[in-house]
Amino acid sequence: MDMSDIDLMIMRATQGGLPLVPEPYVHLAEQLSLPVDVIMARLRAMQENGVIRRIGVVPNHYRLGYRFNGMSVWNVPDERVDALGQQVGQLPFVSHCYHRPRNLPQWPYNLFAMVHARTQTDVETQLCQIAAILGDDNLGHDVLFSTKILKKTGFRSANQA
Amino acid sequence: MTNYRIETAYDDIDARLINFLQAGFPICPAPYQHVAEQLGLSEQAVIERLQTLLANGVLSRFGPLYHAERMGGALTLAALSVPPAQFEDITDRVNAFTQVAHNYARDHVLNMWFVIATETPQELAQTLIEIEKQTGLKVYNMPKLNEYFVGLKLEA
Repeated sequence: MDMSDIDLMIMRATQGGLPLVPEPYVHLAEQLSLPVDVIMARLRAMQENGVIRRIGVVPNHYRLGYRFNGMSVWNVPDERVDALGQQVGQLPFVSHCYHRPRNLPQWPYNLFAMVHARTQTDVETQLCQIAAILGDDNLGHDVLFSTKILKKTGFRSANQA
Repeated sequence: MTNYRIETAYDDIDARLINFLQAGFPICPAPYQHVAEQLGLSEQAVIERLQTLLANGVLSRFGPLYHAERMGGALTLAALSVPPAQFEDITDRVNAFTQVAHNYARDHVLNMWFVIATETPQELAQTLIEIEKQTGLKVYNMPKLNEYFVGLKLEA
């Protein structure tokens, strides 16, 4: 069994969440029949190499009062998208910022930025800030608000037991 | 338009716990105890509050957040244009895929948006085909071409 096998076992065992017991890593170690030192070392290693983005909580935005969760989408020239995406991603209210492909003719947008606000006014201000960064490179935009969470489970492996 | 219940199902201590744990959780033998000391709570209180916040949906997850592609896995964002009369049925069909991690209804002609996460790129391609088969709808596939930022702390 090499490191990647161990990492995969740990991922499968924890992608649903960490055990809510006083010694969660010991609990995992027993579950996986591995030494707890190995579990903790691999978790640290995966955090350092970016396989684990972070360990922590993910709140339901709505339950924290963030009712305006918008997927703002922008049509910018492809040769400018990297430079602009870097800048938009730095805005404090943007949680995710990606370059994605257009699907013409239905979908002309190639820059995606998720924004989160508690009021309509706040979200409008946020969109203005993004538009200001894009300037003349903003060839069109839209904002899609979610009207319902249909599913939110986190990333479960299909092969998970 | 929305059907969210906006309730304050958490108190000030929960808010401090949520804000603290959005920044990270320690890897040490007794991590809840460590968090408890930082916040002036008991270990048991930290565990019980987390249980409650997860059970009542204030938190959707607690644990390691994995970067799927770095594990050899694959992710994409996909959208469907679902006829309103079929919305519930299509929701059930799409959500039945374990590979569908998040799914949101959105205000647009493309009115259903979901993230697909798989252990391999092959499984992702197969899942896209299967979803088209199961729904009879064209899947608009929008995999990320570049990532500029991921992460956010929302103040509780």
